[in-house]
Amino acid sequence: MLTTLPLDSLPRVLAALALVALAAIISRWQTLDLEKHILTASVRAFIQLIAIGYALDFIFDANSPAAILLILAVMTGIAGYTAGKRGQGTPHAGRVALAAISFGAALTLGLLVALGIFDFTAQQIIPIAGMVIGNSMNVCSLVMGRVRDEVNGRTPQIEAALALGATGRQAANPYLRTALHSGMTPIVDSTKTVGLIQLPGAMTGMILAGASPLEAVQLQIIVMYMLIGAASFTGLATIWLAFRQFFTAHHQLALPLEDK
Amino acid sequence: MATLSPQFQVKNLSLARNGRSILHDVSLTIAPGEIVCLLGPSGSGKSSLLRCLNRLTEPAPQTIFLDGQDITDMDVLALRRQVGMVFQNAALFPGSVADNVAYGPRLSGQPLPPARIADLLALADLPPTYADRPTDKLSGGEAQRVSIARALANGPNTLLLDEPTGALDPAARRHIWQTIAKLRRELGLTVLWVTHYMEEVQEVADRVYLLLDGRIADEGAPDHLLRPDSEHLTAVFAAGQLN
Repeated sequence: MLTTLPLDSLPRVLAALALVALAAIISRWQTLDLEKHILTASVRAFIQLIAIGYALDFIFDANSPAAILLILAVMTGIAGYTAGKRGQGTPHAGRVALAAISFGAALTLGLLVALGIFDFTAQQIIPIAGMVIGNSMNVCSLVMGRVRDEVNGRTPQIEAALALGATGRQAANPYLRTALHSGMTPIVDSTKTVGLIQLPGAMTGMILAGASPLEAVQLQIIVMYMLIGAASFTGLATIWLAFRQFFTAHHQLALPLEDK
Repeated sequence: MATLSPQFQVKNLSLARNGRSILHDVSLTIAPGEIVCLLGPSGSGKSSLLRCLNRLTEPAPQTIFLDGQDITDMDVLALRRQVGMVFQNAALFPGSVADNVAYGPRLSGQPLPPARIADLLALADLPPTYADRPTDKLSGGEAQRVSIARALANGPNTLLLDEPTGALDPAARRHIWQTIAKLRRELGLTVLWVTHYMEEVQEVADRVYLLLDGRIADEGAPDHLLRPDSEHLTAVFAAGQLN
């Protein structure tokens, strides 16, 4: 593929640059001071995507399971790092995020392959993994942030429960439910309104590439179901791993408490 | 006061957090059925000491003994059922009064029958009709009574009180004193009570420990420490000259 059809859409890509140019001109004219960012972002997007395009082309051609696993590991690593940074305030946030995203993504992708929905080929697994891992990353950082806020905001109730003989898990449980809800709500809501407000990415792409709308819709349904699965697996793993970072082995809250 | 077989014995307890010393070489005893008040200015380590006694904060081994047993060797959840705690903020859980009172026994798989809930409310001087009230409809004094009933539901032999009247008006405060005095009389409860109200100390305490900068600075019976001609540090503290 690399040799036969390298960049036959390049003229259209360059034509689309007109939109960027117009945006930059408007920014300049209205002194919005955005033109530098717009241009940097456009150049970065061009370079990153062309590079990933070549890389994927190479990997699809090679189609070796080892290469696929390596790519998945790199994607998961970056997702774990990003979610860990956003989950600051949770002890060991980076490790929690990496473990939760790995678990959620591995279980989702494993089931998709085991159920015969997708083949374990680079061309199918890598784009799917991108969606699954990206979505898991968002759920993980939402849930981790919420667990942190709930534990901090409910310290008196949690300590009262501990003082009555509750384990850390029992004391935190009502607030963990709230945290899981907040992580799951965006994907559940977007699943409820899918197709009513905007056509989602996977479907749009397939239709533009010439597939029939019904074909595209079927894939999109699979994608939505898969993302719900990934969100709940990752969300549960995040809760399970994150809450215990706030408790010691003796069921004590491990927070810096103010002394009275 | 001679304490032959102290219920709680604290031996040379020191505690530091983030390199800062909070408690320094604290030793004290509390006899069964005694009401001991822990006095001291803000930041003197009173609450930290209290939290060590039910291991909400972990003390060093061999520093705190309950009936002769090192509490760090005990099952921490069993210790907390035996040593109840009431906080300044009642910290009730969402739901009804009955849900709160039944919380501790439910954790160990024992649902509380309504009659037992009514008994516990009566011990905390609340009428049985309160069982179904939502906790967000209670006054500060009522909420604190529910948290006392909630702690009693585990059948503890000791209560740790962390400024339970700190947020209450004088009438509600006096009512809590009467309740605790009654609980000691009727149930033989041992009580360690953190406070900075001198009136409270004179009203309820058998003995007082004064904590200053994490050290025991004074100890004795309140009548003795607070005599008009007393030169005890507790009297100086009571006069507001140590705050």
